[in-house]
Amino acid sequence: MSTFQLRGDGLACVRGGRVVFEELGFEVPGGTALALRGANGVGKSSLLRLIAGLVRPTAGQLTLEGGDPELPIGEQAHYLGHLDAIKPALSVAENLDFWARFLGTGEPPHIDAALDAVGLGILAGLPARTLSAGQRRRLALARVVAVKRPLWLLDEPTSALDSDGQARLFELIANHLAGGGMIVIATHTDLPLATRTLRLEVAA
Amino acid sequence: MTAFNALMARELRLAIRLGGGAMMAVIFFLTVVTLIPFAVGPDLNLLARIGPALLWIGVLLSNLLALDRMFQADQEDGSLDLMLMAPLPMELSVVAKVIASWLTTGLPLTLSAPLFGMMLNMPPEALGAVVLTLLAGTPGLTCVGAIGAALTVALRRGGLLMAILVMPLMIPILIFGISATGAAITGPTPFMTPFLVLLGLSLGAFVLAPVAAAAAIRFGLE
Repeated sequence: MSTFQLRGDGLACVRGGRVVFEELGFEVPGGTALALRGANGVGKSSLLRLIAGLVRPTAGQLTLEGGDPELPIGEQAHYLGHLDAIKPALSVAENLDFWARFLGTGEPPHIDAALDAVGLGILAGLPARTLSAGQRRRLALARVVAVKRPLWLLDEPTSALDSDGQARLFELIANHLAGGGMIVIATHTDLPLATRTLRLEVAA
Repeated sequence: MTAFNALMARELRLAIRLGGGAMMAVIFFLTVVTLIPFAVGPDLNLLARIGPALLWIGVLLSNLLALDRMFQADQEDGSLDLMLMAPLPMELSVVAKVIASWLTTGLPLTLSAPLFGMMLNMPPEALGAVVLTLLAGTPGLTCVGAIGAALTVALRRGGLLMAILVMPLMIPILIFGISATGAAITGPTPFMTPFLVLLGLSLGAFVLAPVAAAAAIRFGLE
């Protein structure tokens, strides 16, 4: 197994003319999780979007050691943001099948296994518009499970999830870490697993 | 190719299932064409003469209607973020969306044009010419529209702005589309000259649109 390591050096992010953070550095070795903590608006989501390649850093450098140097980090990462990327007109299985094929690398996706892992197996044929907020969250999580990528970027993954959903989430996180994956997670809840914490504070 | 096909299948499915894409544009086209005789009066000769131009304007406007949500729906539910993180380059994702959009709006509009042309007292050869030029021109309209839709992707009510942005860019396609149609019906100018320019415009737009739209989306989402 190749050992991964995600490293950020001297990262800075300016959004709308305001410095969100600067001189930010961190390391996430394979098999570990990094928890981002801090008050609302301190830049947790911005940092995740920056790692995902959706926002360009104003300064600094991101490297993924052990990854495919040909690919940007965003293509080796899963981003689970506030929006679930679910089309209400498609069924649960169709939604997941699309993302698995679109984000995957060619091999046929394991839709059923991923749906079972998040507890949506019996709802596969339902239109996604009938899902509750928590079920939508689970479907988004199924996408992360269905396609293998070494880095998971989770933004408040526990929001709207019930206790069963949270238990499944933590189990999936533990499995991913046990397989040598990396996770950066922005959250306000206490995680039942060993993480290192990056505490963000409001820039002066 | 899996990702490309998956995206196209999803777009087609969404367009058909919501009933939004194909049917709405065609029905809007029908209402535009129906309104014209009320406005210009029941002068059959006049209607036959301006018919091709009316059909072209109708198709152009109906096409705009469907294009406005091309990327915005995906931006609102977070899909666009994931598309930027996919192995498939954004440029090819735009191509897939453009093709799907043309199949569900441009093509149905083109095919319904001769039917609506009969309501304007157009002779059969004129109907044939309009279908041929629309077939060559609507892909270009869709491509230009895609650029506008991408530029306004981050704006909440970007639909109107998008129409204002892209309509001037559609003028060349309109000019050569109608002059080719006119040449086919009445002459005396040769048909092929404006028709080949029309094809060139469409092909050029098809090359330019994916690059421009993808760049606009990347910029717009930051």
